[in-house]
Parts: sequence; structure tokens; C-alpha cells
Amino acid sequence: MFPDIYDPVYVVTIIFFIVGLHRMSHPRTARSGIMWAGGAMAIAVLVTFFYPGMHNLTLIVVGIAIGGSIGWIAAKRVAMTDMPQMVAIYNGMGGGAAGAIAAVELLTSASNGAYSALAVAGAAIGGISISGSVIAFLKLQGWMRQKPITYPGQQPVNIIVLLATIAFGVLVLFPGIAGFNTLLLFFIFAIGYGILMTLPIGGADMPVVISLYNALTGLAVAMDGFSLQNYAMVVAGTLVGAAGSLLTLLMAKAMNRSIGNVLFSAFGAKEEENANITGSMKPVQPEDAAVMLAYANSVIIAPGYGMAVAQAQQKVKELVDLLESKDIPVKFAIHPVAGRMPGHMNVLLAEAGVSYDHLFDRDEINADFPNTDVVLVIGANDVVNPAARREGSALAGMPILDVDKAKNVIVFKRGQGRGFSGIENELFYADNTKMLYGDAKDSVSKIIQELKKL
Amino acid sequence: MISVLYVSIYIALLAAFTGYEVITRVPVILHTPLMSGSNFIHGIVLVGAMIALGLAQTPLEQAIGFIAVVMGALNVTGGYAVTERILQMFEKGKSKKGN
Repeated sequence: MFPDIYDPVYVVTIIFFIVGLHRMSHPRTARSGIMWAGGAMAIAVLVTFFYPGMHNLTLIVVGIAIGGSIGWIAAKRVAMTDMPQMVAIYNGMGGGAAGAIAAVELLTSASNGAYSALAVAGAAIGGISISGSVIAFLKLQGWMRQKPITYPGQQPVNIIVLLATIAFGVLVLFPGIAGFNTLLLFFIFAIGYGILMTLPIGGADMPVVISLYNALTGLAVAMDGFSLQNYAMVVAGTLVGAAGSLLTLLMAKAMNRSIGNVLFSAFGAKEEENANITGSMKPVQPEDAAVMLAYANSVIIAPGYGMAVAQAQQKVKELVDLLESKDIPVKFAIHPVAGRMPGHMNVLLAEAGVSYDHLFDRDEINADFPNTDVVLVIGANDVVNPAARREGSALAGMPILDVDKAKNVIVFKRGQGRGFSGIENELFYADNTKMLYGDAKDSVSKIIQELKKL
Repeated sequence: MISVLYVSIYIALLAAFTGYEVITRVPVILHTPLMSGSNFIHGIVLVGAMIALGLAQTPLEQAIGFIAVVMGALNVTGGYAVTERILQMFEKGKSKKGN
């Protein structure tokens, strides 16, 4: 019998993972957290080469080299703003790997009761996770229409495909019927279901969906771990499954929606019929905006994904420094779902050098808006739409930043289009709102120049 | 003797509780790196992929196992690099604050 050296190492791996996750939960230790986890992963992978009965070692090394280098280079090259879809695609890869492992398991071993059933569950979840993540990636990357894709009879079709997945999953377990073709059909239905269930979900809801698929991949990995009797996979997969599920709930809660609502309501596909918006959009020039800022006693900036797209963070930081040098206090109002993932705005602002003590959560800052002279809304849309307070609006009930309660609001906007959700923003028509059209970066630069002259 | 399957289920229950506890204490600003970090941790699937390929017999099993290893490795290195980059930003933000 081969000496069992991998299990002791896996135990250490798990301890490192938990310590790593724990350290990632505090800003000061976060960076060391990923290094703990990374070290653990490295030793776990190395010791697996000594698993009893291993062959195909060259193939394994080649596979790791190919996947590893593509993953590394792509992750290093991509822009910070594109991180959400990178998380989605790497998560999809994990789901795909889990599905493939389960496939090999089901092909090699004769049906083995509970273990095979767990492999089937891992395969189904992994299959749904890879195709769903790929759709999420395509939508966020803009290679696919971001608005919900709907068609008549969509829900029944989805349910039928889900039932077919389950049915074939059960068939795979019967020795007489099980075989390559049954297995193949099972995977086609699982992958198909992942695609179908993601199509009707709009771009604005993608963070929640990515988080959900992250949790699902964790579960699939745990299921594979059960069937391979590999406890490192069981524990690590379950850790992620639980943490990811909670994170998904927190994110949905931040939008005041249930998970079911996010997944099945094709949010933003329908127009609100009786939205009678009064008033008109009033444009403002950068010079006038600069004057408003110069004589303000307090300023709040509400950033959104549009700021990141325009790469305006650096200029915004400059503007903040300039205003503060004039003794005008500036705060940032961060909506939990601003950007494409929770905390995304914090990351982008930190990148630009804005310190933590300038950043405030929605709950912390909403009471400040009525006493604020000027609010700059830079590239945010749905999270500042007052329609959310009104029953009947598609956004109804979503907690928003109460920017409309400020004395003056300046909205930086590229054109007259709508937000990510596709819903008209009533804030833009309010009496105290002025629209500053153009590229956010240019607009902020112009304001800085004008401010320096004053 | 208690069956291995049930021991695994007990382990999984405790792991689920740990995962839940660890994340409830995370501030909102760390949700993105945490999502990315947990995405990296389920990269442990690479270990399973290596075992699947290592024990594969037929060419079909080898082919599927190979795909699993490639995808698992993508998950690991990509997940690590993305998380590292996001967390680097926090470090930079902090040092500038100190200046």
C-alpha cells in the first residue's frame, strides 16, 4: 500500500484555505489571505501527483501548463473594469471541470449507489454552472445583448429542460440504460438549462447571478469530492457553496429583491405602461457646474459603472483633492450594487487613490443628502432612480441613493440613453437636476480647469 | 462502523457552517475580492481533475480528463491572478492615504 501522504497535506490545505478566507474578510489582511490560499493550492496540487495509481502524468502536466498559462496571462492583461466577467468565466471553467470529472467518474465505475448519484448531481450542477457563466460572461463583455432575452412559453420550456435533465440524470444511474449516449444527452440538457435560465436575466442582475454560479460551482466540486472520496474537495467546495450562497442572498437583498425574482422575472424587459414623467432634461455646461461646486458647502459624489467605463476615476480623485483644498468637504456615496459587483466601486476608487474614509454606504449617507448642496452623479443610473420608491415601477422597492433630495444634482451622462436596466430615470427630469452631457472624463477635466480659474 | 458517506456529510455540514460564519463578518467593500477569492478556492477542482485524468483508462476518459485539467488550471491561476490584482488596488489606496 502506498503511504498516504496526500491526506495529511490536504488537511493542511484546508486549514490554510480557512485562514485565507478569514484574512480576506478584513481590509488590512486581505492580501495575505489570498497568498495563504494560493500556497495551500500549490501544495495540494503537488501532492496529488503522488496519489496512488496515477498515470498519464505527462498529460496532466501539459494540461496544467496550458490552462494555467492562459488563465494567468488573461487575468493579468484584462482591465480592472472587466474583472466581473473574468470572475464569471473562470468560475465557469471550474464548473466545467467539475462536470467533466463527474463524467469520467460515471464512465469508469459501474453504478455505485449513492456515490454515483452524487457524481450525477455534481455533473448537473457543473454543467449548469459552466453554460450559465459563459452566458453571463458574454452579456457583461457586450458580446451578447444585455437586456433580458425572452420569448413566449419561456418558463414552460425551461421547466421541461430542467425535468429532462433530472430524468436523464436518474437514467444514468441504471446499469441497463446507462451508457455513453444517455450520459451525453444528460449533459446536453444540463448545459442547455444553464443557457436557458441565464438568457432572461438582464445585465444589471449579473452580479447576483455570477455569485450564484460561484456557489453552484462550489457545490459541484463538493459533490465530486464525495464521489471521489476526496475530502479536500468536499470541504473546500462546501465552504464556497455556503459562502457563495450567503453572498448571493446579501447581494439580492441590497437590491431588495428575492433570488427567485432575479432569476425568473426577466427584470427590465417590460416597459412600465403608465410612467408619466413630467419636466424636462436641463443641460448644464462644465463652467456652470464648476461655479456651483466652488460655492457649495458640501459635495457628495455618487459614482456608477459609467465612471469606470469612461476611466474617469483618476480625474474624479483630482477633483476631490481640488475641492478639499478649497475646504469643501467631499464624500462618496456607494450603493451596494453600484458597478457590476458588490464593492466594485470601492475597488475602482481605491485604485485611483481615494481613501476609505471618503467612502460611505447607502445607509450611512442617505440622511445627508437633504443637507448637501451639490451631488455629482457620475455614470450611475438605476441606483439613483427615484422611481424605485413608487409602487408599480419595475424598480419598485429597490433601495436607492436619495440624491434627488439634495439641493442640486448634476448628472454626468454620455447621451440621453437609459440605464443598465433599460428603465427611464425620473431623476433626470427633476427640477433640481442638471444634465452634463459628454464623456465623464472630459467633463470632469473641464470642471477642474474651470475651478482652478475661479 | 459509521459509513464513509455519513462521515463526509458531517464534514460537509461543518464546512458549510464555517463558510457561512467566515463571510458574515466581511465588510461590503471586500465582497468583490471575496467572491473572486472563493472562486479561486473552488479551483481545488483541479485536484479532482488530476485524479480523474490520472486514473483514466480509455482514450475517451483521457480526453475528458484532460479537458477537466485544463479548465481546472484556468480556474486556479485565473482566480488567483484576478483576486491578487483586486486586492493590490486596496493596498495602493491605503499607502496613498498614508502619504
